[in-house]
Order: sequence, then structure tokens, then C-alpha cells
Amino acid sequence: MNKKNTEYLINRKDNQYEVVIGLEVHAQVLSESKLFSSSSTKFGAEPNTQVSLVDAAFPGMLPVINEFCIKQAIKTGIGLNAKINKRSVFDRKNYFYADLPQGYQISQFKDPIVGEGKVILDMPNGQKEVGIERLHLEQDAGKSIHDLDPHNTFVDLNRSGVALMEIVSKPDLRSPDEVNAYIKKLRSIMRYLGTCDGNMQEGSLRADVNVSVRPKGSKEFGTRCEIKNVNSIKFMQMAIEYEANRQVDLIEEGKTIDQETRLFDTKKNETRSMRSKEDAHDYRYFPDPDLLPLEVSEKFIEELKNDIPELPDDKKKRFIEEFKLSPYEANILVSDIDTAKYFEEVVAKMGKNKDIKLAVNWITGELFAVLNSKGLEISQSPVSAKNFAILINLIKNGTISGKIAKTVFELMIDGDKDPQKIVEEKGLKQQSDPKALEALIDKIINDNREKAIEYKQGKEKLFGFFVGQAMKASGGKANPQLINEILKKKL
Amino acid sequence: MSDITKQSLTELVENIKKKKLSSTDVTKAFIRRSEKSSELNAYITDDFTSALDKAKKFDQNPNLDLKLPGIPMAVKDLFCTKNVKTTAGSKILNNFVPTYESTVTENIWNEGAILLGKLNCDEFAMGSSNETSHFGNVQNPIDKNLVPGGSSGGSASAVAGQLTPITIGTDTGGSIRQPASFTGIVGLKPTYGSCSRYGIVAFASSLDQAGPMAQNVKDCALLQEVISTYDPKDSTSINFKRNHYSKELTKNIKGKKIGIPKEYRVDGMPKEIEDLWQKGIQYAKDCGAETIDISLPHTSYALPTYYIVAPAEASSNLARYDGVKYGYRAKGENLIDMYEKTRSEGFGAEVQRRIMIGTYVLSSGYYDAYYLKAQKVRKLIKNDFDEAYKKVDAILTPSTPSSAFKIGEKTNDPVSMYLNDIFTVPVNLAGLPGISIPAGHDTKGYPLGLQIIGKAFDEQNILNIAFAMEEKINFKNKITDWWIK
Repeated sequence: MNKKNTEYLINRKDNQYEVVIGLEVHAQVLSESKLFSSSSTKFGAEPNTQVSLVDAAFPGMLPVINEFCIKQAIKTGIGLNAKINKRSVFDRKNYFYADLPQGYQISQFKDPIVGEGKVILDMPNGQKEVGIERLHLEQDAGKSIHDLDPHNTFVDLNRSGVALMEIVSKPDLRSPDEVNAYIKKLRSIMRYLGTCDGNMQEGSLRADVNVSVRPKGSKEFGTRCEIKNVNSIKFMQMAIEYEANRQVDLIEEGKTIDQETRLFDTKKNETRSMRSKEDAHDYRYFPDPDLLPLEVSEKFIEELKNDIPELPDDKKKRFIEEFKLSPYEANILVSDIDTAKYFEEVVAKMGKNKDIKLAVNWITGELFAVLNSKGLEISQSPVSAKNFAILINLIKNGTISGKIAKTVFELMIDGDKDPQKIVEEKGLKQQSDPKALEALIDKIINDNREKAIEYKQGKEKLFGFFVGQAMKASGGKANPQLINEILKKKL
Repeated sequence: MSDITKQSLTELVENIKKKKLSSTDVTKAFIRRSEKSSELNAYITDDFTSALDKAKKFDQNPNLDLKLPGIPMAVKDLFCTKNVKTTAGSKILNNFVPTYESTVTENIWNEGAILLGKLNCDEFAMGSSNETSHFGNVQNPIDKNLVPGGSSGGSASAVAGQLTPITIGTDTGGSIRQPASFTGIVGLKPTYGSCSRYGIVAFASSLDQAGPMAQNVKDCALLQEVISTYDPKDSTSINFKRNHYSKELTKNIKGKKIGIPKEYRVDGMPKEIEDLWQKGIQYAKDCGAETIDISLPHTSYALPTYYIVAPAEASSNLARYDGVKYGYRAKGENLIDMYEKTRSEGFGAEVQRRIMIGTYVLSSGYYDAYYLKAQKVRKLIKNDFDEAYKKVDAILTPSTPSSAFKIGEKTNDPVSMYLNDIFTVPVNLAGLPGISIPAGHDTKGYPLGLQIIGKAFDEQNILNIAFAMEEKINFKNKITDWWIK
């Protein structure tokens, strides 16, 4: 299926089906301590070492709201262009499980802290707006470990009570590609805001995926299934693909779709029924009497608004206007906050006579390639923005050729060396003295008289041969532009 | 000095401060009497050895500036006490030893008091007769086989029987005031938010409140002064200006307007309760107060509202007792089986009943009809009081619709048991302070109490009214020490 610039549709005989997707993203709030206790939230600690009496639900223990988490949720709401609710309520969601010490999860049900909002996706065929239904705060549960002992389950409560933001989208997504773009956009916004690190490997970002299908053109929604707790974009896309086709097959066979909760089996690449609507838990939500309704003032919200950094959409707009980048280039640079930071630092360090296009090409080309091959984030780049800027300037002012620059760049990687010094030490400075180059070219023409004659007779391809010989003779240091000019004159 | 245990808290504090008594003298006396009183079954756990050590240590270097210098005190077993078993009267916490201290008890020890032990109570404070305790019935010192009331039955029995000079209970629907009334002592339920709930085993979070139970109003005021502090560890704790209740205590209540709510004249109320109430009105007038007839129109809905709200919260609060982390665990085939056996064996019948009621009223499809409606009625009940307080400073009612009953008399009739709290429950629903003071005896010689309800945070006012009326009433509790051989 050609996905680019076309609708994502599922075809069966004469019928075409549209896929409708809504996501419930669980994003871990970036915070030193938990939502209702002062325990640490650090990832990867020894089991049950980050558990307070509150997290383990000891008798008489009471939750106290961590104001920082509230601020983080509100900031995220602002980043999602959403309505911030001045009054929100924490409810208890009651169910029994071994890793849920209280026997209930404190969440927000009827009155979430953030209401409706929207995010803009940049798709190949243009922009797409995705509605946000709500964002609410809730506690994470602990972890049940079933595979350490044949007869017993172990429980690790380190995660118990960690603050999560559940971000619920409207059913506005229509394809796995859009889901990919949506998750990346959410992640980008939250990383800009510093409200979630977006680390999917560590479980900081995961989603429940609601999928339904309907005949193309239909206005009514089909029956949806919810695929629980998918923890990578790839798996989300695979799960949607499988699930949408499963539903279409059922319809084609004249069967009906049961509203149910399903699990995605990553090994078999299929979704399986977990529980039907009839078996759904009755969570007996009610306002948590241990916590008063949360009220925030206009002033509190305004102060947080002043704290919001430039977000990806605005940054993109500015990059296009200020640096004359194409929307495509701007997108690549702004989608990750650290890339944007690196780029802006390079721009600043390049000084007055700068070639921004060149810098962009080198960041998205050479730098990304090195980072990829070494498995590094740009924040861990072996070449600092300062030295990177110097390198670009060396190319720009003709000190080195682009080709030599690649050699210099290779050498810079080891220990973030100053490219200026490398050029000097290795004698890589470009030969731009016309007299010296003329002498060099004269010698080459002399040594290859027959080829020169053939060229003059019309074998134009041979021009490249002479350029090559000239470069070779100069040890790659000759200024290619000058070589071209002199060769044209002399031949 | 003889008869140490007959002294009031105020007297004991004074005698220790004047060095007429040592903490060791006082502690020994209460331990000795407690040991002779095992038939009352007031204690679940005693901490006598440790108490005596602490008393001796106190005497070595006594800090007499404290409000409760070296005073021994037993507390209801619903307060978590560090390193001392805390059961909440339940089998499910039979082996539970907290590593932490409740804020209220912490405040008490910080003022120099010494823990004597943990007092019996209804299981998770659910009961009005102390008969739901896993650790057996508590005897009322007034008469053999008489209930002390509940849920703070052990606390009431221990104060009336002079096993502790004073104590603290908790009150969710009357659990301090009703047993105080049944045993002829004073019991104060403070305004919701006055005393921290941190470290108190929760029953119904929006109603639970700790409070003092004492032999007289002055003692009660002193302990309230100690236990009521703002606590950031409890999000429902309120930061208001607290009085020095004992210092500011006055009998001058001249001109105070006291409301008499007609709706508290319930059907089938015994004549002796009506007579007591009339006497109370006269006492108030004798003290210089003015009484005014008022109406609290939604009173009759208070009990059904309470029996939706409290079990709903309890059903959720008690979910943590699942055998996984602490407390009793039964063996099971799998997780669900373990839960079911643990909770079936660990909880008594009344607790299970309330968990089921609570689960039911919160269920989808029933939530609006029960829980939500109850919350609305609760608001109306609170509005009744707000309206009344535009005209009056306090409200006077009987504490209970009857005197203490016999052990076993009402155990098979939960509804008649629940009716015990008919006068106390509205106060919890409205979050107001209420005090029960002993005011007379019924024909059998059992004590009867009067309740004074105040405005929110106006503990000082109801303590003052109680203090003034106490003198006029001049109640004498008839304790015969029948249980001491």
C-alpha cells in the first residue's frame, strides 16, 4: 500500500474501510518524588527501596498532593493548547490487585485537571489537527513479577504512587502513520516542557489504543476495541494494523465486533481478547475523601504560562522565517528539543558570516550518521556545537573543501578536537593559490596530451578525469572550484 | 497518697507539678488498678512494663513545663503507636505493629504523657456497643453485662472505671459521645479538620475525628488543647487559630443563645430522655443562657445518609487489608482465593456487612441513587445547621435516645443498634464539634448524657457551656468497683 499522500484504507473486494483510532497515553510526570508521597521516582532502583508508608498503604497513612506534579500537568495542558480546569477532583478507582496496595488507584474521573485541547501533526500531505479530550493525573501501580519463582508472585512497589498523566485523544487518528506522528509530537512537546522524559524503554510513555473501523464515507463510528498498555510506537502500529484487519474480516464475514479489551502479543503479532464489556470492572469511582478538591488560581496558571518555553510549533515557524529553512528541514530540527538546542548553538557560534543551510545539511547528514552508528543521543554528541560551528565556517570560508571536511570531522569525533588545529597539524588546508594550481595543471595536461586532444575533439567526459588527476596530485587539498576554472581555461 | 486513680487529670497534673506525686506513683497506681480490672476487658494490649520505665525516666529529670507531665494514658487501639501492636479491634490486624506514630498520640507524648496500653473498640470502629471487637466485649463499669457503648467502648470503660485518667477516642457517627453518655463521662468530638487523622486506622475518612474522653470538662479541654494541631500530613487538617481551651475555659455563658431542635423529639423516645432534655434546658437557663426553639428539618434523613456515606468510604478504606503486605493472611489456591479467605476470616460480620453495603451503594447503576443522593442530603443537613447558627450560638440535645443496654440485647438487630447514633450522626455529617456531658440517671441508675453542638471551630464555646452546666448538674457517677475482687 502506498501510504504517502494517500488515505489509509483497508480494501476487501469492493469495500473500503476507514480506521478510527483514539489513544490514551500514559506519560510519567518528570518529578523527583511521587504524586502523593515524598519517595523517589528514580528508575532502575533495587525492588522496594523507593516505597514510603503511604505508597505501601499502611493503616492510617494519608496522601498529600505533590504540588510540583500539579504544575507539570498544568504545563503539559498549556503545551496541548488545552483548557486548564481551576477545580479538579481526585477520585478513587477501586479494584483489587496484588501490586495495588491501597486497593484503589487515586485518579481523576469526572473532573480532570486539564480539559479539551489540540495538537498539530505535520503529515506528508499537510497538517492535521488532533483533538485532546482531557488530561488527568493518576497514580501508577506497583509491578507484579511472576517469573522469579514457580509458585509465588513477587511485588515491587517502587513504581507504586508514581505520578502519571493520562492524555486522552479524540478519535481523530486515521492511520498507523498518524499514530506515529501523534506520539512523537506529544513526546516532543512534553520534552520541551520538561514534564515527561518520553522514555518508552523505561515505560515513561505507554498507551492504550482504541481501534474501530467503518465503511469509507460513513459518519458513524464502529464498535471499538481497546488494546491495553502498548509500550512502543512500532507495536502500536502493528497492533492497529492487525486489529483493524481483524475487525474488517469480521464485518466481511457478516459477524459483529464485540466491545472488549484486548492485549497485543508482540511475539505472535496479534491481539487477543482480555475481557469483554460484560466482564469489565466496576471501579466504583468516588471522590477520594482524603483529598480536598484541587483548586488552582488564575494567577497560579498565569505564572506557569510565563514559564513555558518556545514549543516545537513556534520554533518551527521561527526557524523557517529567521533561518530561511524549508518546513521539512525545520521539522527535523525542532522535533527533538536537544537537536533544536544543538542547532541553535551551532548557529550562534558560527558568528556573522554563517552558512545556515550548510550547517543544517551537516547536522542532518554527517552528525546524525555518526550518532546513529554510535547509538548516541544528540545531547551526548562527541562533537560539541562550538567545534561543529568552526568546522562549518572552515568550509564556508574556503579553508577546507567539503571532502576534506569529512576527513576532519572523522578526526574530531575522538575527543571533540578543534577542527582548526586538525587542519593545521595535518596540513589539510585547501590549495587556493591560482599560480601553484596552474603549474600543477600544466604538468597534468603535459603528462596526458592524448587525453587532452580527445577532450578538445569533443569527449567531454574526460573533464572529470582531469579534475580527478588534479585533486589526486594536490593530495585532495586543491580548491575544486579553482581547479574547474583553470582546467576550462587551459583545455 | 491514696486514691490516686480517683483524681482527675487536672488534679494529677497539679500534684505532679507540685511534686506531691511522681510520675512513677501515678503510673503504678493506674497499672495496679488496670491489672485488677481485667474483667472489664478494656485493654487489647497493655504496655505496662514500658510505661513504668518511661515514668521512672521522667522522674529522673522531670520537665514540669509540659501540659501532661508524666501522666500515664491508655488510648483507643485505632491510633497507630510506634512499636506497639495496633489492631483496630480486628483479627486482620492482630499481628500488626506500626513503625510510626499517629500525629494525635505523638502530640500527647510530646507533652509528657506515657502510653499505658491500647484500649478495646469495635472492629474498625464499626459498632455502638463494642460487641464487634475481635477481642471480646467490654464491660461497662456502671453495671455487669452492660455495654459501654461504642465504638470507643474500651476508652469509655477505662476512664469511667479509672483505669486511665483520661483517654482519646475516635468519633465517626457518635463513637466518642455515645459511649461517654453510656458510662457517665465527658466526650468531645472536635470539628472535622481540628485533629489530624494521620496514623489513625481509617473507617470513614470524611467523618472520622479523634477527640478526648475525660472525667470532667476541664480535663477534656486540656487534652483537646494538646491533640488539636494543624498537620500538613493530613490534607483535610485545617489551619485555623486554635484556642488555649483549658486556660480560656469559663463558666460565664450569660446571654448565650442555645437552640433546641424540635426534630430531635423522635418517635418512641423514652420519657426519661425527654425529661433529661427538659432538665438540661433549665440548667442552661440557670447558667444565664437563653434557649430558643429551632428547626433542623432534614434531621430524619441523617441516619440513612450516614449509613450510605460511611460504609461507602469504609468499603474502599478497608480494601488495603488484603493479606498481601501486612496483617492476617489466609492460605489460598491463588490470589483471588487468598483475598477471599483472608477477608472472610479476618473481618467480623459487622465489618463485612458494611463493606457490602458500601460496595453496593458505589456500584455503577446505584451510585446516583445512593451515594450521590446521600452527598446531596448531607449538604442539606449542613445547611440546616448553618441556618440555625444564624440565630443561636450552640444547640442542646440528648446524646442518645436511651441509656446503656445489656450485652447481646441488640446484636441481632443492626437497625436498632444503628438507631443509637440518631442524635450524634448529624453532627459528623455537618463536620461540627459536639460534646456529651453526663447529666442524669435513668430509672435503673444508668447515666444519661446531654449533647452540646457548636459552630465549626467553636470548641471553646461548647466547652464553656459544658463547663457551666457541669457545675449546675453536679453529676456523680455511681461506680461500685463491682468487677474488682
